[in-house]
Amino acid sequence: MPNTPKNGTLYRGREGMWSWVAHRISGIAIFFFLLVHVLDTAMVRVSPEAYNAVMSIYKNPIMGLGEAALVAAIVYHAFNGIRIILVDFWSGGTKNHKTLLWGVLILWAIAMAGFLFRHLPIIFGGH
Amino acid sequence: MATPLKAKVAAPRSNDNIVQGVKYNRSSSKRNNFEMVAWLFMRLSGVALVILIFGHLFVNLMTGEGVHRIDFGFVGGKLANPFWQVWDMLLLWLAMLHGTNGIRTIIDDYAQKDKTRAFLKVILFLASAFIILVGTLVIFTFDPCPTGAAAELLPSFCPAP
Repeated sequence: MPNTPKNGTLYRGREGMWSWVAHRISGIAIFFFLLVHVLDTAMVRVSPEAYNAVMSIYKNPIMGLGEAALVAAIVYHAFNGIRIILVDFWSGGTKNHKTLLWGVLILWAIAMAGFLFRHLPIIFGGH
Repeated sequence: MATPLKAKVAAPRSNDNIVQGVKYNRSSSKRNNFEMVAWLFMRLSGVALVILIFGHLFVNLMTGEGVHRIDFGFVGGKLANPFWQVWDMLLLWLAMLHGTNGIRTIIDDYAQKDKTRAFLKVILFLASAFIILVGTLVIFTFDPCPTGAAAELLPSFCPAP
């Protein structure tokens, strides 16, 4: 779309800005989970009972939904990160950055559909 | 190239970089390219992390009974294998450095006072160093068959007590 006053700016409030906002928020969430995740895995160094006790928390269905949200954040951050690399290094990246973002969102939806098809029955007891 | 001392001397200089009548005399002392290296690291580690994390998630959440199968026996079996030790160590180091640099960028973007930025970054770097140290020690000093533990909690390859 042309950069007219009606449409605001090229960046603000548009695909470029919102994909950047989502990249930041997903990155922060993943980082803080990573800190916790290294510490919960460190329980293997304490005792089998301590590790199994911590892991039983992750098997709760509500935590299972949290895992789904975490995976959604990771998959978005991964695919959008590749889009950023393409915008930086591929000569057509800047021109096609909006198409690339739609590609990211479609791949994200496909990956999440496959993941949830497997994960939701596991966390709600069906295996 | 001029020495750093000479760079402070006002024009005229013997080696002015003039392009179409405009002087481009930026600092001729050695440039610090840390930020460029950090930018490049985010892209290189990002590509590696996509592979490492997708593999990690697939093996831990998609195979077998997913998250319900994860217990000491399962993780003990994985971490007894040098392949997964190296995989998890690369994952730990690259993810922590990538995440720490990302949070550093966010602190620089939003914390406006010098002292606030320095304070937040000291906390960030201490926390990251601690997590990397703990994680690495766990991967390489971990005993999958600890003595005195109940046999049914341990990987199947552990010798009977």
